[in-house]
Amino acid sequence: MRSASLASHAAYLDPILDRFDADPLNLLQILRQAQEHYGYIHPDAVDYLCARLRVPRTKIEGVASFYAFLHLRPHGRYRILFSDNVTDHMLGSGALMQRLCRDLWTRPGRVSQDGLVSIGRTSCTGMCDQGPAMLVNERAVTRLTPARIDAIGALVRARAPLSDWPAEYFEVSSIIHLRGPLLGDPPAPGAAVAAAFARGADAVLAQAEAAALAQVDAAGLRGRGGAGFATAAKWKACRDAPGDARYVVCNADEGEPGTFKDRVLLTERFDLVLDGMTVCAYVVGARQGFIYLRGEYRYLLDALEAKLQARRDAGLLGPHAGGPDGFEFDVRIHVGAGAYVCGEESALLESLEGKRGTPRNRPPFPVTHGYRGRPTVVNNVETFACAARIALDGVDAFRARGTEQSSGTKLLSIAGDCRRPGVYEVAFGTTIAEVLEFAGARDTQAVQVGGPAGMCLSTLEFGRRIGFEDVPTAGAFTIFDHRRDMFEVARNYVRFFAHESCGFCTPCRVGTTLLRNLMDKLHQGRGSPYDFGEIQQLNGLLQSLSHCGLGHSACNPVLDTIERFRPAYERRLVNREFVPAFDLDRALEPARAMTGRDDAGAHLGTLDDESD
Amino acid sequence: MEGSTDMGGTFTLDGAAIPFADGQTILQAAHAAGVYIPHLCFHPDFAPHGSCKVCTVSVNGRETASCTMRAADGMVVESDTETINAQRRALVQMLFVEGNHFCPSCEKSGRCRLQATAYDLGMVSTHYEHFFPDRPVDASHPDLLLDVNRCILCSLCVRASRDVDRKSVFALSGRGARTRLTVNSASGRLGDTDVTVGDRAVQVCPVGVILRKGVGFARPIGEREYDVRPISATGGEA
Repeated sequence: MRSASLASHAAYLDPILDRFDADPLNLLQILRQAQEHYGYIHPDAVDYLCARLRVPRTKIEGVASFYAFLHLRPHGRYRILFSDNVTDHMLGSGALMQRLCRDLWTRPGRVSQDGLVSIGRTSCTGMCDQGPAMLVNERAVTRLTPARIDAIGALVRARAPLSDWPAEYFEVSSIIHLRGPLLGDPPAPGAAVAAAFARGADAVLAQAEAAALAQVDAAGLRGRGGAGFATAAKWKACRDAPGDARYVVCNADEGEPGTFKDRVLLTERFDLVLDGMTVCAYVVGARQGFIYLRGEYRYLLDALEAKLQARRDAGLLGPHAGGPDGFEFDVRIHVGAGAYVCGEESALLESLEGKRGTPRNRPPFPVTHGYRGRPTVVNNVETFACAARIALDGVDAFRARGTEQSSGTKLLSIAGDCRRPGVYEVAFGTTIAEVLEFAGARDTQAVQVGGPAGMCLSTLEFGRRIGFEDVPTAGAFTIFDHRRDMFEVARNYVRFFAHESCGFCTPCRVGTTLLRNLMDKLHQGRGSPYDFGEIQQLNGLLQSLSHCGLGHSACNPVLDTIERFRPAYERRLVNREFVPAFDLDRALEPARAMTGRDDAGAHLGTLDDESD
Repeated sequence: MEGSTDMGGTFTLDGAAIPFADGQTILQAAHAAGVYIPHLCFHPDFAPHGSCKVCTVSVNGRETASCTMRAADGMVVESDTETINAQRRALVQMLFVEGNHFCPSCEKSGRCRLQATAYDLGMVSTHYEHFFPDRPVDASHPDLLLDVNRCILCSLCVRASRDVDRKSVFALSGRGARTRLTVNSASGRLGDTDVTVGDRAVQVCPVGVILRKGVGFARPIGEREYDVRPISATGGEA
């Protein structure tokens, strides 16, 4: 019986294992594809993979349980996850989820009793300009309305395969309102690589590489992922580090809530990004590149693979890679599985190596000890596109836009309360007010720039400028008008960090949950000045003790909103010195759920009222 | 960048000069010099992990885990300050509320490094709200008891089983607040793994998760190592 079962798993697992050389380094990719068969990773499949990959079961379970989109137990034939970003909520996501639950007779966070469907929430899916959005079996569904929700409920009940669902449900648009060099007329594929090679054509090869590097340096290109590290310095450190192999990795794990410009860049200017990666590979001496594509963008995979193949066919990837003899470079796409922390470059590398996405101890840094311990450049999608533009247009053209310290343009993902959400390519140095004007925002109360980990700005600060020297951003630009409660915005962001904490270090694992519980307590109207002090103390601990940027920035939304929108908090501090965290009535919730009772007699507070 | 730690040298720890050898971390050098820095997930026999953060010190004004930070010549390190000890106390409190730690009924009391570190840091309450997680006890193994209620996710058993015993019996699974210790069997039970009492992994637990059956309370509580003197006076090594 059991061997029969194992044989049936071998039938679909063997081709997957062959595709990935039965190499544990590809474990995450293997598990992703293995899951596609049953919608979860069957226990017998785990047995089979242990044997074939020669890894302990704990390794497979440890990896599978780390990523939100992988399941070791049945999780429904339809796995529906509503995007939990604050913009989705502003567009009515909460009521839509309740509606679908009602339509399907189920509740959030559980699998329906017939095993047909599970409904839950997931972190921002990057569809903020066309939300509210959801994922169904990891496929993005945009522009949800009550009518669309009811139709989806009917399709699920009818057990209709996703291929039979109306195609427009899965339509993802590239909404671009302002174009600059990156999103302007696309150059021919390989043109930037050819330009970089041509620049050094007269010289010997080593000098050509140096010329390409010098150009990136002179252009003052800084990383577009948010931190703004000098790109040339990174490339040079990688080139100069000892190692028998070097790697170029494109970080397309665009997970910061409110960001979606990399989705547009990958969709519309994939060749520009690949040109940038190829120039980088040429400079540092890499033969292998990776694109780490976030699981939420899995729907792009087939089209991107086709474009990679087209480049191979055109001689732009593989042997020669559009350049001189002796230079070869190819790129593989690695798909993530729902873990925001993998946007952190060392966690990304762990994930790329088929492990749990836990940030590494640094130093050493990835430029010297990256993928498989070899020197590795990890750059944002947009950074590579910029590098390609620099090779094409030259230093002066690149520096013609932006500021002294922040040269070039920046893609902004604009969403929230405005008339024209979408992607905008603006020059660095543009003010917040100018961006709001472009987007058609009115009556704006606040802007969250750079997502939850970034900065929250109030009207007094709309004269500030986008740029590394003033308001740095990875790209998210979320607008809130005066109807919005900024405490609830911060609470949404705090819940995001608690959900995405990797759990490695104590302060972040426990602290983000404590912070979330405190914000929930204030939300429930049970806050006191004591809790306010507690929040500030936790903020301090997270900032100074956490292992990586996730923990460091988990308190930013709270600190920023306390500073700027204090009344939103003070309104929630009931006039007492202390309210205990433990709420006896709330603790009875499991008992109410088990007995199916929710009448007055099942609540403590109500009984008190009666006895008064 | 890195590479500046190639040769040994001297750094100051709370004003005292501490010599270090090539490649030593701040914590290793401090311990070699007889200076205790509180820690939980560090053990001299295993590769540093850097996850509990209890060994956090201030290096040139910036907090970092001393178990993973290589010592460098001229570093100015602060450890035994009220600010840093308050942070450590908060971390230990977090570990207490995250699990279910009932010291009076725990066999490890007096030998538990979490308890001893808490006493040593002057922790008088758990301060934060308790999570009260639901974690079943696993008594399936004939010689060992696995009580993950007390797990602080230090991963010492994981490292010992993987790197010394070569069995990978233990692993961390899940993510975030749901991170948990799991064992290498399809049933998820310790009795179905190949772990034995002789394994290094079962001896290295700093708290009372992995306990030997049949030998409990052989030495009465009150007479155990940390009952007799604080953990800081033991040099910190169990």
